[in-house]
Amino acid sequence: MTTVLGLYNYWIVIALMMIGFYVVIAASNLIKKIIGLNIFQTSVFILYISIGMREGGAAPILKEGVEVYANPLPHVLILTAIVVGVATTALGLSLIVRIKEAYGSIEEDDIAEKDGSL
Amino acid sequence: MNQALSAHLPALQVIVPLLAAPLCFLLRRPSLAWPFAFVVTLCTFAAAIALFNQTADGTVLSYHMGGWEPPWGIEYRIDRLSSLVLLLVSGMAAIAMLYAGASVAEEVPRDRQILFYTAFLLCLAGLLGMTITGDAFNLFVFLEISSLSTYILISFGRDRRALTSAFQYLIMGTIGATMLLIGIGFIYMMTGTLNMADLAERLPPVYETKTVRAAFAFIVIGLSIKLALFPLHIWLPNAYSFAPSVLTVFLAGTATKVALYALIRFVYTIFGGDFAFGQVPLQYILLSMAVLAVFSGSLYAVFQASVKHALAYSSIAQIGYMVIGVGLFTVAGMSAGLLHLFNHAIMKGCLFMAVGCVYLRYHSVSIETFKGLGRTMPWTMAAFVIGGLGLIGMPLTSGFVSKWYLVLAALDHGWGGFVLIATIMGGSLLAVAYVWRIVEAAYFQDPENDENVEAPLSLLVPTWILALATIYFGIDTHLPVNAATGAALDLLGGTQ
Repeated sequence: MTTVLGLYNYWIVIALMMIGFYVVIAASNLIKKIIGLNIFQTSVFILYISIGMREGGAAPILKEGVEVYANPLPHVLILTAIVVGVATTALGLSLIVRIKEAYGSIEEDDIAEKDGSL
Repeated sequence: MNQALSAHLPALQVIVPLLAAPLCFLLRRPSLAWPFAFVVTLCTFAAAIALFNQTADGTVLSYHMGGWEPPWGIEYRIDRLSSLVLLLVSGMAAIAMLYAGASVAEEVPRDRQILFYTAFLLCLAGLLGMTITGDAFNLFVFLEISSLSTYILISFGRDRRALTSAFQYLIMGTIGATMLLIGIGFIYMMTGTLNMADLAERLPPVYETKTVRAAFAFIVIGLSIKLALFPLHIWLPNAYSFAPSVLTVFLAGTATKVALYALIRFVYTIFGGDFAFGQVPLQYILLSMAVLAVFSGSLYAVFQASVKHALAYSSIAQIGYMVIGVGLFTVAGMSAGLLHLFNHAIMKGCLFMAVGCVYLRYHSVSIETFKGLGRTMPWTMAAFVIGGLGLIGMPLTSGFVSKWYLVLAALDHGWGGFVLIATIMGGSLLAVAYVWRIVEAAYFQDPENDENVEAPLSLLVPTWILALATIYFGIDTHLPVNAATGAALDLLGGTQ
């Protein structure tokens, strides 16, 4: 299972991480930046969920006849991180609302222009 | 009763501000919010003093959250390093709150003041939690609590650029925190534990794996963003400059310091110095970045039109000094770095408080505003000069003591050490330049209006407490030097 294909979930993690990171850096629209940040964080959620997996393991619910369970701890951890991610998104979006009110734009170039050199 | 209280002191240290934050919001009366927040910060300061005294002889306190044994439960672990940082953070919070009363009333609209104090208490809880926790994932959670509330607090600034600075910090801070999360995930993957002491035992057998090395890289870079280590510092100048004055004081004294603390914890306690400096070339990276930070930060500071910006860039340089100490990987270097962490928080707090007094009167912090202030705001500017002398590293100020120890520590490092000493000296010379520009404007140029507009006593008292502390810790170095040396010995082992 350690072939390139067997580790496909990690490839997804890496792809999402790079896409998200690129969007954060390259997008000049503030909302797009937040979305990029979200994709970046989501990739980490998948990473954590992946590492809880055990080969042949069942979902971590007590049941007769099942011996091997997936590790539930990373799932619990990432629940916390998801909450943090939601809070960050909410805060970022509300900042964007106020930036829009103050500047009348959510494009980085416009904002920089209005403030002179920032 | 008393015993039960002291047994739960580590938990109370964090829980008091954490619970006080929503309570503060429920108060609904702006006039009550400030006294309430002030009392809460005094309580946390008292708790930190008690913990500091309990751990001063090298005892390590371990508190099991909810009675769950580590490594399963979350452990709060207080040694000499964390108690020193706890003392600093809660002390700076208390003194910033003393200052906040008059300053927030002026700078934050009345209907938002309650929110300001609520977010401030949350931020304090997050920073204290980061310092006290013995669990790697818990550290991430507290880091996010403090970061999110910091973004909110910055956006309270009057200038609309406060919003864009808060947004920029949010983007960079979240990337940093997420990288920390990735790193923690990787080490959990290899060891199956999150408790710091347990991690330190289980990591050595897997040092050679790529996963652990990748984890180390993610964690160091993630924390370097929060720490504003050059070249990951671009969020800092604007965030400091456009935030309300109180917050600038508090952030400059605590936020980057706690991030540095977290870096020390991960590098020295969890991964271990032998791995970080033996198997991974961390020393070259940290020291070269620190040297660049000192020069670039100080150079930028010389050419800023706003005094707050100049001081913010100077903070980047001062972080460089601390990182030099931490990166030397010796007991002398580490204690010098920690000493500078302590001293810099006090003198930068004093400087930003003085700038806040000027802002209160003139609603501007440009260097033009400072013309003739030596005559119109004599007490404020006198405190500013003391803080400035501390930044330069004049004898009889605390800045001299920590730079002196830093130079002594660098002397043991051969030719590389001379580069570091040259950096420390060069940085100090540049500090003379940027402090002098402001002092020259204040004392050798005529004010536009000769009227005395001295800041109110409620702002001058905290400013002068920090100014006198800058001098006091420059003369009686007993407390910080002992604490810093003790913490360095705990981290690196060995004897004095």
